[in-house]
Amino acid sequence: MSEMNRRDMLASIAAGAAALSIPREGLEAAAAHAHEAVAAEEQAQQQGQQPAAYVPKQFTADEYRLVRLLVDYVIPRDARSGSATQAGVPQFMDFILGEYPGNRTWMKDGIAWVNAECRRRFGQGFISCNDAQRRELLDAIAYPRRAREQDRPVVEFFNRFRNLTSSGFWTSRMGIADLGYIGNRPVMEWVGTPPNVLAWLERSKPS
Amino acid sequence: MVQTPTRPPQQSREPYDVVIVGSGAGGGMAAYELTKAGARVALLEAGGHWDNTSSQYSAMLKMPYDSPRRGASTPDRPFGEWDANIGGWQIPGEPYTKAEGTKFDWWRARMLGGRTNHWGRISLRFGPDDFRRKSLDGMGDDWPITYDDLKPWYDEVDRLIGIFGSVEGLPNEPDGIFHAPPAPRYYERRVKEACDRMQITCIPARLSIITKPHNGRAPCHYCGQCNRGCMTNSNFSSPNVLIFPALRTGRLTLVTNAMAREVSTGEDGRATGVHYIDKTTGEDKHIRGKIVVLAASALETSRILMNSKSSRHPQGLANASGVLGKYITDTTGTDVAGFIPSLVDVPRHNADGVGGNHIMMPWWLDNKKLDFPRGYHIEVWGGLGMPTYGFMGGIERYPEGGGYGTDLKQQYRKYWGATVGFSGRGEMIPNDKSFCELDPTVTDKWGIPVLRFHWEWRDTEYLQVKHMQETFRAIIAEMGGEVWSNMPTREQGYGIANGGAIIHELGGARMGASERDSALNSNCQAWDCENLFVADGAPFVSQADKNPTWTIMALSMRTSAYITQQRRAGRL
Ligand SMILES: Cc1cc2nc3c(=O)[nH]c(=O)nc-3n(C[C@H](O)[C@H](O)[C@H](O)COP(=O)(O)OP(=O)(O)OC[C@H]3O[C@@H](n4cnc5c(N)ncnc54)[C@H](O)[C@@H]3O)c2cc1C
Ligand code: SF4
Repeated sequence: MSEMNRRDMLASIAAGAAALSIPREGLEAAAAHAHEAVAAEEQAQQQGQQPAAYVPKQFTADEYRLVRLLVDYVIPRDARSGSATQAGVPQFMDFILGEYPGNRTWMKDGIAWVNAECRRRFGQGFISCNDAQRRELLDAIAYPRRAREQDRPVVEFFNRFRNLTSSGFWTSRMGIADLGYIGNRPVMEWVGTPPNVLAWLERSKPS
Repeated sequence: MVQTPTRPPQQSREPYDVVIVGSGAGGGMAAYELTKAGARVALLEAGGHWDNTSSQYSAMLKMPYDSPRRGASTPDRPFGEWDANIGGWQIPGEPYTKAEGTKFDWWRARMLGGRTNHWGRISLRFGPDDFRRKSLDGMGDDWPITYDDLKPWYDEVDRLIGIFGSVEGLPNEPDGIFHAPPAPRYYERRVKEACDRMQITCIPARLSIITKPHNGRAPCHYCGQCNRGCMTNSNFSSPNVLIFPALRTGRLTLVTNAMAREVSTGEDGRATGVHYIDKTTGEDKHIRGKIVVLAASALETSRILMNSKSSRHPQGLANASGVLGKYITDTTGTDVAGFIPSLVDVPRHNADGVGGNHIMMPWWLDNKKLDFPRGYHIEVWGGLGMPTYGFMGGIERYPEGGGYGTDLKQQYRKYWGATVGFSGRGEMIPNDKSFCELDPTVTDKWGIPVLRFHWEWRDTEYLQVKHMQETFRAIIAEMGGEVWSNMPTREQGYGIANGGAIIHELGGARMGASERDSALNSNCQAWDCENLFVADGAPFVSQADKNPTWTIMALSMRTSAYITQQRRAGRL
């Protein structure tokens, strides 16, 4: 949601409440508090802007290069939105590993395994492999139901890696816009399911 | 917002009319009612200040990208960084222990308003049968009061706080004084269709959220973020609806960061006040009161009573019967979720609604035809809620079985909003293997003895939870869906949650008709100390398949009215 929309939201909270004759005092207080929140947010966003060259704190330079490649294999750019790196997922992962140390071991072991397996299969680490080789490896580990028994640990790693990538991507501005999440805004009269969705529900009913 | 609500307790020699411990649902209500009735009240709260209408506390408007954490948990916010709660399953320096083999989890809040800042707001009355279970099926015990005794107070709580719901006339699910409920969301409609076909009663939910202006508060604007604290004060939280109005009477002294240790008593055995730790300085302090009301949450209240030992009360206060700490219960619970193909690619729309379910299924079956006593209700979840940390984890469970690349990206889009989950919340029968006591050796960081828990589920609970599992699987099948998990086995307890894990812990200082087997009389007044009262979940005799908070508040209001009446009659 853009800042403009949020301001609309506040205005609309105020208008809706006024129409329903809420005491002015409470209304102003509510609006003032909400305004403070928006201002604080704007400030935080400005301060939070990433400098161009991000230096990871949890990953080594080599690990981070692999992470940057791998997240974009998981979520690449397509017609509707950008890629995981464009949405800041590698920085997000670095932050999460710092804040939630329980993620470090599986992440680092997994990266080491991916490199080791690439060396075994193709004689070089993941970064040096070509696109076809990387995809061959991913095909082996990205589908738990058909993965080989001996690949279990790395399948488990990839599940987690994919989850973390998706956490980072779909909660970014870009991801939210792509999904079309249009909530957390004021709705003065709750209709529930709009007519087009009702019609769709009727059509899609299980037989 | 109230500017500087926390004042040092007055140093006058005159004791307060009432000292209340704990500012959650029970304590907030007592403070509101007693100050309104003219009493000078001091309210001790172990946590710090909190005010949902202030952006300093509430994160109602936050979007996930506003934080690098994207809503993930922090040590004092286990349910997510924006949850309006300080506390959790573990609090540093304040341990609790478990007897060997016991599985028990204890959630504690440490903040003004306690758990009412982030609770689910499901606000259900107990029904007539819930107060006389022993008379009906011979198990557990009857309450010393009936539904009719509590009904006027439920009505009063509805009027004061505001609640939405629908008048249904169901036998053991009393209707309240309701605001209009919000219409169901798309997936809730799908659930209701299935339930209608299966003859499972499915009705609008009952939540303490106002859908029209109420007592000067603005109605809900459906942002779906109730657990973060409502900045427009449109749902119930104890500070914003009870405590701040009580402060405006000028008769309430709020003391935050005050950890009550024990109730002090005089030579005559009557309560004289409360010893507490000033957490800001670590000092031991005492506050005097003519009446003491404990509302520190059911189990913490039991702990304070156990720690209040004196020559007149060698086993602790309200414990002449030895029943203190016994007959503690929690709601039984288990969850099942599944993928619903007919909800794939739902057209995008704002499906936020209120922060909670818009529909619910109250208990609908006859136990005479079942192999377990007592019932459960069902809560439903799913939808197109705000994506936060953990978003759609486990994409490999969907039909494609995982993957990567543009195809995977497409999967997230089409499967978002196509998962529906069910949570069963049922009634446990109190048993004598489930209780708490003081740990003989362990103390908290202030040297106060801590609680040790014992817990046992019985077949009465296991078989009920098995029925939940089977029912939820059947509903998902009826919706044409696929369940994510395998049916848990008997050895897995049919997926029953640990004791305490549903966060409806009750009992410990139960009320009763006889001083031989209860801690409190029918006015929640200690049998062995007439100026001591309990106003949280500790007096509960049994659990019911309803969430407890509305009953905690109705009881607290009733107890407060009794205190006022006794004070006016010059008896306390
Ligand atoms: C996530 C969540 C969702 C929930 N959803 C629902 C729901 O939908 N419906 C429902 O009915 N119930 C629900 N509950 C349960 C509900 O929150 C509790 O039943 C209710 O808050 C209990 O009120 P209380 O006053 O007994 O305790 P609390 O609200 O816990 O308040 C107790 C207060 O006492 C303070 N305190 C503790 N010890 C001391 C001490 N020694 N000295 C001084 N102060 C002390 C605490 O800091 C706290 O502020 C939910 C709980 C949680 C955590
Ligand atoms: S859904 Fe309604 S009650 Fe809940 S936080 Fe939003 S506005 Fe407040």
